[in-house]
Amino acid sequence: MAKELLKGNVAIAEAAIRAGLQAYFGYPITPQTELLEWMSARMPELGRAFVQAESELGAINMVYGAACTGARVMTSSSSPGVSLMMEGISYIAGTELPAVIVDVMRGGPGLGNIAPAQADYNQIVHGGGHGDYNLLVLAPSSVQEAVDLTVLAFDLAEKYRTIVVVLLDGSLGQMMEPAELPPMKPLKTAYPEWAARGEPGDSRRVLSSIYLDPPAEEVANVRILNRWKEVEANEVRYKEYMLEDAKIAVVGFGTSGRVALSAARAARAEGIPVGLLRPVTLNPFPNKQIERLAETVDSILVVEMNAGQMLEDVLRDVKGRVPVEFFARVGGIVPLPDEILNEIRRMASQPLSTTGHPRDRWLKRMPQIMA
Amino acid sequence: MTITAPELEKTIYTRPESLTSVQTHYCPGCTHGVAHRLVAEVLDEMGLREKTVGVASVGCSVFAYNYFEVDFVQAPHGRAPAMATGVKRVLPDRTVFTYQGDGDMASIGMGEIVAAAARGENITVIFINNANYGMTGGQMAPTTLPGQKTTSSPNGRDVETQGYPVRAAELLATLEGTSYSVRRSLHDPKGIRNAKRAIRTAFEVQQRGLGFSMVELLSICPTNWGMSAINAMHWIEEKMIPFYPLGDYKVHPMLAEVKI
Amino acid sequence: MPPKGRIVVNELFCKGCELCVDACPQDVIGLAADRLNAKGYHPAEMIEAGCTGCGICTIVCPEAAITVFREVTQSQAEGKA
Repeated sequence: MAKELLKGNVAIAEAAIRAGLQAYFGYPITPQTELLEWMSARMPELGRAFVQAESELGAINMVYGAACTGARVMTSSSSPGVSLMMEGISYIAGTELPAVIVDVMRGGPGLGNIAPAQADYNQIVHGGGHGDYNLLVLAPSSVQEAVDLTVLAFDLAEKYRTIVVVLLDGSLGQMMEPAELPPMKPLKTAYPEWAARGEPGDSRRVLSSIYLDPPAEEVANVRILNRWKEVEANEVRYKEYMLEDAKIAVVGFGTSGRVALSAARAARAEGIPVGLLRPVTLNPFPNKQIERLAETVDSILVVEMNAGQMLEDVLRDVKGRVPVEFFARVGGIVPLPDEILNEIRRMASQPLSTTGHPRDRWLKRMPQIMA
Repeated sequence: MTITAPELEKTIYTRPESLTSVQTHYCPGCTHGVAHRLVAEVLDEMGLREKTVGVASVGCSVFAYNYFEVDFVQAPHGRAPAMATGVKRVLPDRTVFTYQGDGDMASIGMGEIVAAAARGENITVIFINNANYGMTGGQMAPTTLPGQKTTSSPNGRDVETQGYPVRAAELLATLEGTSYSVRRSLHDPKGIRNAKRAIRTAFEVQQRGLGFSMVELLSICPTNWGMSAINAMHWIEEKMIPFYPLGDYKVHPMLAEVKI
Repeated sequence: MPPKGRIVVNELFCKGCELCVDACPQDVIGLAADRLNAKGYHPAEMIEAGCTGCGICTIVCPEAAITVFREVTQSQAEGKA
């Protein structure tokens, strides 16, 4: 299929439809709303389920119900809406059901703003809902990658009976770029044995996240964790750029990874040996790749659109072996390539401090950055 | 005493097939059991047992999924109508019902139930009103009567500070998407017979694709009310029915043809 | 002559709530004072003859624990069956 000029939100919606989406439930919230709007037109026209829910609480619980039937189901929202969904997310995880959630992040906390941010990292990657569970998190950095990862999300969700989150920021949801959509897949006709479908002749199916007996809950927790261990073993995804001979490695995901790539290319043009590692799966996180980086480069720069949420994961992997620096714009501001280039230049030209936390050093520089 | 069976007899009543052979966790006399049984009888009579997905809620009926011989899913507190929507939209030819208490449906889940009714979601809701939170030990519910003592209204519900009870059947009846909204009581045999007819009608509404149906059932909570089951039945009659009048608050005109 | 019936209470389910005892129009149901079921309740049982098989006990029973039978007379069996 030929490339088309597509808006991120629309591209994700259409990709999901072509991946065999059977039911979509959502609630309007900027900067994700075009996704819901696309679904509202396309799903009914294809005879598939679409409901504009009364709230994100309603939407995620409609997803929960539809997921119980074994159908391919998704919702989408943006940061404050995803916060509301946390209850249902925990329940879906506790019931071990596949579902896909798209989070088009915006500035926060609270109502924040509608500008691009990456500050849902902790909420999505490190939990948010109650109990022990993991979400499989995919972080695209272009519209094409958003399309590809959306299709992948459904397969991974079903393979591991897990929620897969496609995590992107508002700029990616809103931007238009050329991308190629996948061909239309036929809808599934076979359903897993656990699905509760009121199927005549089948034995009774009960789907619940209740294990009132603590030993039974422990068994469930261990089963969920073991399945997650398989995800960790099989599904780590990342992209490396110019790292073969790099002395400085930049680590960034999604849009900040993409902007960092521009900065790294500009730095290369100046002769600075810099490369980029862009995690594509944020959970499971490419820990081994970061550890290896710590053995091959002299310093690492973490770039995010939050106050250093992924930074903590990188620091854990680096274990103090090389200096780590941090650069971020927060509150809905996308860093400029030049800002990151300046950081790279600074790291290439000055001895690096290793005292204190990289976030603290960045915070001290922030008055100049914000000025 | 030992009763010997006569040579020839017929079975007048036996446990419905749509109930599992499991002893419930409900307190002795609790009319959750009656409501379960009526739903099961209706599913049996309509031949729906194998084509039904139930949605359990949170509260005393949290384990309802153990007691019905049908597929069941378990919703977070108050979210059963949303979850039922998800099931029904994917499986429109299945019978989908929620079973919710008053805390679940009329307090934490008020948003979900009103929205589902407003959408005319083609599901059936069985709503148990026993004027308190049973599972957590008898706290004030949205349905607690003015002046009623509970563990969180120890001096009696003071409407000045704790507000007024919610009349769910009347409230949902105001919505265009609601096709059937009625209140019945489980306090005596006549009331229970009427309740069963209402439950049957509600499922008939769904079978005909007419939209949202809800049956509110006044129910006893002898343990938390601190009285015997028999006295609790009288309490429904004396205290609850005057505040929660039994009746049909919304009946779709097409139901005139349905004879039950 | 009133029809003759009998009830069988499934003691696995019965919790001795007495709703059937209260509802029985013939007053032929009582709790078995001499024994407890597995859950520790005195189960309901027929305490004397006179059951008509009306089934009102099953209507109020929260446990669906009661099965009701009604005698079929010879003439009913021959004439109307």
